[in-house]
Amino acid sequence: MAIANYLYLSAILFTIGAIGVVVRRNAIVVFMCIELMLNAANLAFVTFARINGNLDGQIVAFFTMVVAACEVVVGLAIIVTIYRSRRSASVDDASLLKL
Amino acid sequence: MINLALDIGTTAGPESVLFYFLAPLSILASIGMLLVKKAVHSALLLAWVMISLAIFYIAQDALFLGIVQIVVYTGAVMMLFLFILMLVGVDTTDSLDENIKGLRPIAITAAIGFGGLLTSLIARATFGRPTTLLIDANSVGNANAIAELLFTKYVFAFEVVSALLITAALGAMVLAHSQKSRSKFAQRDLSIARFRKGELKDAAGLPGPGVYALHNAVDVPALLPTGKAAPTSISAVLQARGDIIESSQFQLQVEDEEK
Repeated sequence: MAIANYLYLSAILFTIGAIGVVVRRNAIVVFMCIELMLNAANLAFVTFARINGNLDGQIVAFFTMVVAACEVVVGLAIIVTIYRSRRSASVDDASLLKL
Repeated sequence: MINLALDIGTTAGPESVLFYFLAPLSILASIGMLLVKKAVHSALLLAWVMISLAIFYIAQDALFLGIVQIVVYTGAVMMLFLFILMLVGVDTTDSLDENIKGLRPIAITAAIGFGGLLTSLIARATFGRPTTLLIDANSVGNANAIAELLFTKYVFAFEVVSALLITAALGAMVLAHSQKSRSKFAQRDLSIARFRKGELKDAAGLPGPGVYALHNAVDVPALLPTGKAAPTSISAVLQARGDIIESSQFQLQVEDEEK
């Protein structure tokens, strides 16, 4: 099996995550799809680290995990705040700026 | 055209078995994530994808990242997701019908184009040199080697990330904090409110739930002297849920005997 297969898997997972962000309407599911995209990018980083024979890719993946954790904390707090004022977690209901 | 991607090396047999077993499962799980209706099910499928990615990391000599993936992602992040799902309401069913017309076909077409572009790029990519794998880099142990890099070459990024973590924690506290517009009612306030209500019927408090010889629980209404059940004697939550037992069955059947 070629090592590049991991890169194909990463590309497919990233694409599926991107579809989910566009198609799903529940804000939490949209958020989980973003997590899926970040994880797919991490897999690519780890594979590139292996291909290049040094650990820099793994360090970048580690930093991605930390940033993703911060993003989850702030994003979920925003979702809870929106839910508290609107009683809905659908991304379509937050349309106050729409004409 | 020579496919240069093949030059970057192949894996040993067991790893390819692992890959061909887990990769289709993780792709299926992530597709299922888009198709299932309930957000909790998507969260569980995403946890499955994350665990299989952790196994891939460990298979690719990234032992530290694999463990961190399980501990941080499937442990902390997914639990946070489930926690917020329970808080925001599990029963807010996410309808899968599209409300922007033509969004779904456009999204899927664009995604297939994007995925095709990515995969064809990977297929044509050349990595310049033959792969050396991580045997040299991991000679002192994966976690040790990562720690060495993290605290020498990347120490500035590490400090910046720690500032980011603190900022995120503060931001979450600020966002989640909600100021109460009035103080909570104390017993004194409730008592004053009862007496100022106009009629003094409930001034001594609402009646307690029924206590009978055969049944003694909060789900049975008390009986009024007239023989009717007192609706105010049980909690409004129980009434809304319909978890009420008829109190008439515990009533003394005097009238029937007199007849």
